[in-house]
Amino acid sequence: MSSTYEPIATTTLGSDQTSVTFSSLNTTNYTDLVLVAKASITGGGAASLLFRFNGDTASNYSYTRMYGDGSSAASDRATNQTAGGIGIIGNQAVSSAGTFIASIQNYLNSTTNKTVISRGSDTAGGYVSTYVSLWRQTSTISSLELKFGSIGGFESARSGSTFTLYGIKAE
Amino acid sequence: MIGNIVAGTFSSGAPPAPPNSYESIATSTVGSGGAASITFTESGSAWSSYKHLQLRLLIKDNTSDSNGTYGLLRFNSDSGTTYDMHQLFGNGSSASASAFNNVNQIYLQRLAIGTNVFSGFVIDILDFASTTKNKTVRMLGGFDNNGAGRIVLGSGLWRNTNAITSIYIAGEGTLQQYTHAALYGIKD
Repeated sequence: MSSTYEPIATTTLGSDQTSVTFSSLNTTNYTDLVLVAKASITGGGAASLLFRFNGDTASNYSYTRMYGDGSSAASDRATNQTAGGIGIIGNQAVSSAGTFIASIQNYLNSTTNKTVISRGSDTAGGYVSTYVSLWRQTSTISSLELKFGSIGGFESARSGSTFTLYGIKAE
Repeated sequence: MIGNIVAGTFSSGAPPAPPNSYESIATSTVGSGGAASITFTESGSAWSSYKHLQLRLLIKDNTSDSNGTYGLLRFNSDSGTTYDMHQLFGNGSSASASAFNNVNQIYLQRLAIGTNVFSGFVIDILDFASTTKNKTVRMLGGFDNNGAGRIVLGSGLWRNTNAITSIYIAGEGTLQQYTHAALYGIKD
């Protein structure tokens, strides 16, 4: 058997950016997508690493999350959001950026709503977090846009942040 | 262009290396009418070249329980009380820890409720072929349905030193159409 875990695309930001988008994903031939990011944000305190699929900015997203801030653990959820969540991301130098991994399973199926599970490890930012997000659409996923901050006030990912998207093919 | 990136300055270097020995072993998708379970069974010594296994699941059963019922994982057809599990989970209101000891399977937390909503799980089965160690499993999984949901970090133990040669996946109800299970092997 051949290796089935392959990089699709990667970027290291050369300047602060308000979004990063991976597109043309519906022309790939994988079963799952895995996003790996090492990133921090500008402005404000710890906020969220967010995502949107297929350019959908409607209130079709929701998430349940669990996180710890070094003192206690908590869980909450958000419904009818205009973006889903991947992890809690901090505002610190990119040299101490957090690491985030998200799995987008069976992304080319056109029959189920899409579930994303993810975790963030951002010690310098102050949080460890896990998210499960739902996109209430059955469409195949053709693009993944990453946003930073809060839905009410986006920030930027810092220059030097890295984002890589992998594909996993089930046989 | 496949995987085009439209923001940022592209790096000229290679991306972080993925596991270069991560291979697909088997896949199962539940068809119309549902299925009681999914079992992956080693054929001959087909898994012998791998050190670890990873299960990637999208799973839903037909429970009528408003809170959802549990996904189940067993090895080698062992339904004895040889399993334990610890979990840290969030239900949208609070984070909690709990354990299942001396139970008949590893529990995958409560499966998705709601129309067309599936739970996602990534489950690592470490050193599965060892004949000297009990088997340890770790998982991240859960579901959200826009008003309810569960997210879990779990650790399971099968108190048996046999090499794992089959993996049984089920719900407390019938697995629903489009449930998808994929098994991968990771070499040293």
